[in-house]
Amino acid sequence: MMPELILEINGAKYEVKAATTATLAEVLREELGFTGTKMMCNEGECGACTVLINGKPMLSCMILAIDAQNKDILTIEGLADPVTGRLHPIQKAFVEHSGMQCGVCTPGMILTAKALLDENPDPTEEDVRRALSGNLCRCGNYRRITECVLDAAEVMRTGERDDK
Amino acid sequence: MTPPKYLTARSVEEALSLLSQYGEKAKFVSGGTDFLMQLKRGEAAPECLICLGEIRDLDFIKYDEINGLRIGALTTIVNVAKASLIQSKFSILAQAAGMLGTPAIRNQATLGGNLCNAAPSADTAPPLLVLGAIAKTAGMEGEKIVPLEDFFVGPGQTILGQDRLLTEIQIPNMLPHSGGAYLKQKRRQGADLAVVGVAALVVMEGEVLKDVKIALGAVAPTPIRAKKAEEILRGKKLDQGLLEKSGQAASGDARPIDDIRGSADYRRELLAVLTKRAITQAIQMAEGR
Repeated sequence: MMPELILEINGAKYEVKAATTATLAEVLREELGFTGTKMMCNEGECGACTVLINGKPMLSCMILAIDAQNKDILTIEGLADPVTGRLHPIQKAFVEHSGMQCGVCTPGMILTAKALLDENPDPTEEDVRRALSGNLCRCGNYRRITECVLDAAEVMRTGERDDK
Repeated sequence: MTPPKYLTARSVEEALSLLSQYGEKAKFVSGGTDFLMQLKRGEAAPECLICLGEIRDLDFIKYDEINGLRIGALTTIVNVAKASLIQSKFSILAQAAGMLGTPAIRNQATLGGNLCNAAPSADTAPPLLVLGAIAKTAGMEGEKIVPLEDFFVGPGQTILGQDRLLTEIQIPNMLPHSGGAYLKQKRRQGADLAVVGVAALVVMEGEVLKDVKIALGAVAPTPIRAKKAEEILRGKKLDQGLLEKSGQAASGDARPIDDIRGSADYRRELLAVLTKRAITQAIQMAEGR
């Protein structure tokens, strides 16, 4: 049985056929081409497949695609301004301060950080580390990732360097 | 293998009626964080998934002075961890919920799912056991309530069987001068299943431990109460010797296994230490220190 699903991704609706047991990560990557969402451990340990569902970080490898219907899904592809293409301040910070090395954890890190900053615009380093505790970076770039998020938080609060 | 049928239940009645049609071929799914692993590993191959996520009635946290706390089975773990009411009045539960999995897992997973999956290491179970929680279940023939202590049958098994649904957890008010603590030993600071989990709840009367409850996770086929350890302390004034003895007794109450997270011997050693610490912290909490 291959039900027809309707998924709302980055503000647009997509119709897609998928098995009832297909995960959201599989459908995003393999059916819809949103390969920015990474699939690494595929068992809920690493956080690479994190997307925002109704604004909250969730693991797309641990959600059935069919259960993700009627929800607002944000993937990394939807984070930059759709019209101007301007990067989100967190993305910008990752570029400017080398927040990524191999890049596989990056989309999950950035989306998790976005959810944190939406909820808490002025986090402490400890807050950032806790929020990112479910996102593993095998390059071990945690220190710089944390700095990027704190830097982006400051930019978002003060509006500084927004148009750089 | 044909993929399972997917059905959405919009009410408890609908869930039960679907379950009665499909019986053991069906599987209830809420947050799915445990279930999807079973599916991927081939440990579960249901013919039919009954999705519970649309049953809005089971997503609630309610409190009143007389009856205490009631939490709907489909309440997410993050909401249990962050509810200010639970943090202030039942902090041991909020503490344990905040230690479950990763932030993303806590956004998805539900309290009912954590209990019904019945992992021996389920983080919410030890605090709920010491709090004297009651599980409310629904079946075609009506509702039943059962002490959470009798809810778990074995690893992955509960009393629910093939025809009942967990709907609500009820927690009586804590007595005055109570304090509780949940300690979880993991292999690393980040997300991990418990090697050992210990919850302790004390009720103080002056310097006397009027009541003590201790529950253990990840050291037996189900989460369990450490009743011998409790007995040693109940009604006594705490001293170092008694504390030592209760830690040893908790080790004796446990039936740990060797697994990837730790050996049975290591778990027994840990239990003795964590039990002492949990009791000490619970007393400090009760005394407002």
